[in-house]
Amino acid sequence: MVTKLKEVDAVIVGLGWTGGILAKELAEAGMKVVALERGQMRTTANDYSVPNIRDELRYVIRHDLMMDTARDTLTVRNNPGQEALPMRRLGSFLPGDVVGGSGVHWSGHTWRWTDMEFKVRSMYEERYGKNFIPGDMTIQDWGITYAELEPFYDRFEYTAAISGKAGNIKGQIQAGGNPFEAPRARDYPLPPLTPILASTMFDKAAKDAGYHPFPRPSANASRAYTNPDGAKFGACQYCGYCQRFGCEANAKGSPHVAVIPFAMKSPNFELRTSSWATKVLKDSTGKKVTGVAYTNVLTGEEFEQPAGVVLLCAYVLNNVHLMLTSGIGAPYDPAAGTGVVGKNYCYQTGAGATLFFEDRHFNPFMNAGGSNYTMDDFNINWSFDRGPHGFLGGYNVGAGFNTALPIGYRPVPQGTPQWGKAWKQATAKHYQMAMNIGASGSVMANRANFLDLDPTYKNAFGQPLMRMTFDYKDNEHKMGRHAADTVNRIARSMNPTAMNAATARTDPWTVVPYQSTHNTGGAIMGTNPRESALNKYLQSWDCHNLFVVGANAFAHNASYNPTGPVGALAYWTADAIKNRYIKNPGPLAPA
Amino acid sequence: MSDAKMSDPNLARRDFLKGAALGGAAASTALPQAATAQQPAPPAPVPAAYAFLNTREAAFVEALVDHMVPADNLTPKGTDVGLNIYIDRALAGAWGKGDRLYMQGPWKTGTPSQGYQLPLTPSQLYRAGIEATNAFCVKTYAKPFDRLDEKQREEVLLGLSTGKIKFDNGPPAGPFWTMVYQTVMEGMFSDPIHGGNRNKAGWRMIGFPGAIAVHRDNVEKYRDKVFPNDPTSISDMS
Ligand SMILES: Cc1cc2nc3c(=O)[nH]c(=O)nc-3n(C[C@H](O)[C@H](O)[C@H](O)COP(=O)(O)OP(=O)(O)OC[C@H]3O[C@@H](n4cnc5c(N)ncnc54)[C@H](O)[C@@H]3O)c2cc1C
Repeated sequence: MVTKLKEVDAVIVGLGWTGGILAKELAEAGMKVVALERGQMRTTANDYSVPNIRDELRYVIRHDLMMDTARDTLTVRNNPGQEALPMRRLGSFLPGDVVGGSGVHWSGHTWRWTDMEFKVRSMYEERYGKNFIPGDMTIQDWGITYAELEPFYDRFEYTAAISGKAGNIKGQIQAGGNPFEAPRARDYPLPPLTPILASTMFDKAAKDAGYHPFPRPSANASRAYTNPDGAKFGACQYCGYCQRFGCEANAKGSPHVAVIPFAMKSPNFELRTSSWATKVLKDSTGKKVTGVAYTNVLTGEEFEQPAGVVLLCAYVLNNVHLMLTSGIGAPYDPAAGTGVVGKNYCYQTGAGATLFFEDRHFNPFMNAGGSNYTMDDFNINWSFDRGPHGFLGGYNVGAGFNTALPIGYRPVPQGTPQWGKAWKQATAKHYQMAMNIGASGSVMANRANFLDLDPTYKNAFGQPLMRMTFDYKDNEHKMGRHAADTVNRIARSMNPTAMNAATARTDPWTVVPYQSTHNTGGAIMGTNPRESALNKYLQSWDCHNLFVVGANAFAHNASYNPTGPVGALAYWTADAIKNRYIKNPGPLAPA
Repeated sequence: MSDAKMSDPNLARRDFLKGAALGGAAASTALPQAATAQQPAPPAPVPAAYAFLNTREAAFVEALVDHMVPADNLTPKGTDVGLNIYIDRALAGAWGKGDRLYMQGPWKTGTPSQGYQLPLTPSQLYRAGIEATNAFCVKTYAKPFDRLDEKQREEVLLGLSTGKIKFDNGPPAGPFWTMVYQTVMEGMFSDPIHGGNRNKAGWRMIGFPGAIAVHRDNVEKYRDKVFPNDPTSISDMS
């Protein structure tokens, strides 16, 4: 039996970064808001405090804060000709499953994506001609501009306590920052983190090679900070347990620190934990949604929460899954190239080298999530001519440590035995005297990379699992070779005594090991309903009272981490709902 | 909570006897600077007690961890570091019983990029894999793994790790070895609260400071310098 509840103004599915931002903004604007979160409440004092949080086995290896694949997972394959099989345990990506979502255990690297992404097709076509873009590369403009998003990037950076150094304030290049960044109205709220040895060595080598390294902007507060809403952050302790952990110092910009407490303070807001949304409900016309069906996972009881507006904020993958299981929008068909839901799923690629020294002490256990240095010379630098190299997109190169804990991080030169005395000697010797340089690369959308429903496997609610079809294409391979060359060149200039060189990826994408939780696409924003599921306000073209917020809206994936634009788009959407939609419900952009 | 306290004093009786013969054999080659072993003396041996492993499996695991982590100037041998206890507790606990593992069929082999696809929980795979490895050892050397000499053990582990050994009857050797290797490393480097890394021997070996809370001032203070090798565990701070 399904219990039908009283209608509210808005129901939000998922209370991580995007859900937290929207919950706060909409409740403060006077809307009655209910958030449904499948996970449990966790707090810094109760759950992320020292010493218990310092447990690599529990949090990194056993995925304490992350989604439970026994209950719901995806099936995966590399191409449409293969049979997809379930990802039986987590590996390649690690979405969150508690109040705060992945925003609790992320690292915090926070970037502003530029018009090089938002206008990807027009910029490449204009400069290199239509034929430069491979026929199966389904990149398209996003329908939004950097200038439109700038104030919302700013809002997110000040909310999430980003430490960094501006490179371009209103067109003035700033020494020490990223000279390639798009103009910003003002500097970051906090100065950069203290660079660790590996970062300063990379900084020097990259500068000597003529590149433009800068401290990576990150949501790790370099000193105590109060955000514009009054959320208090402690100073980062460089504890080395950042990625995959909650922060005991409240120094990490996380939704349960930065935004959710303000939603909770509002009498207009109600949070229901252990509430798993299974379906978005539609009215008989199919042109409006009426609410969300969900199951209380503690009791098995089923509910229907009617709402004037539905916001899917359940992370990229769950948002697309809910669109597919609810039958909203035409599912993408890769053979015909029609349909939109599931289209342009992208991921990221990379290449890395490990450098071994005899006499440097890197202390790899002292770092913040983002105490790295990075360079964008082959990324958002439009004057880097891709023509001769034949690829679109780019990669950033960085060095430093992030959560280099010993079950997972024990660098040894290639060819070292894997056990026994020689292994012990090498492991003991190199743990502290090695560093890495890594490149992270964009993935351009491809016709054959997409999400749909699996015909065979089901989740705990009897619904089909989502099926992920993904592999790297020629563009990524070419870029990977360029990236590996760059990494190796810089690495060699640092004269390590031994080196595990970077190699371009040639093997297919695999579900193990961890690569990044930077999944994108599947319910993308765009300029028209034939090519995209959402308009530029992340509003469904099909049902105007449905908003689908997250990196699902990205029409392709850049080399940067996603949460800068994810957070900015959440504020942008909140602004459109508060200031336009509730006054005059209907499509916010012309079809 | 009391995990560490309960398992800490456990030492394999068999290993105590074996250890008497092997003890002191640690060759002293060039000592890694960071690790200048401040290893305390192992605690007084008491019998290992197992929650999952049966007698044959316990013998296999003890032999395995002592081979992979031999005693030397860096650490005591695997059983003295509690690796067998770590593995036993992991297999007896939620992870070993398939917590967070999607266990719906149909079951297919799949491609390597599709990851783990066996219809077995970790404890089931460990059990079946030990039996299959022992069967291979009996066929090849007429003895189970724990009775092999060091050279033969090395051959078996190399065969497993390079994919040369294929089990006649049993699960594929690849996923078994991947899991075995991972659990040995977990036992070596996880917090002692989980039953391994006894006396923080794994951490001392590499100079990892453990659960220490604050490095804010240490970033500058220890820039390019060795940090004191005196690790802190969760129970030290509780
Ligand atoms: C280990 C790790 C490191 C990362 N590092 C970085 C980084 O350095 N920089 C960066 O930019 N990004 C990083 N990310 C990514 C970042 O965390 C995400 O981009 C961000 O959290 C996305 O916000 P979201 O609101 O879309 O999803 P989340 O923050 O994940 O929130 C989604 C919420 O929805 C809930 N939910 C899901 N399905 C349902 C359902 N059916 N019913 C009810 N609730 C549901 C989930 O439990 C979760 O709480 C990292 C991620 C991980 C896992």
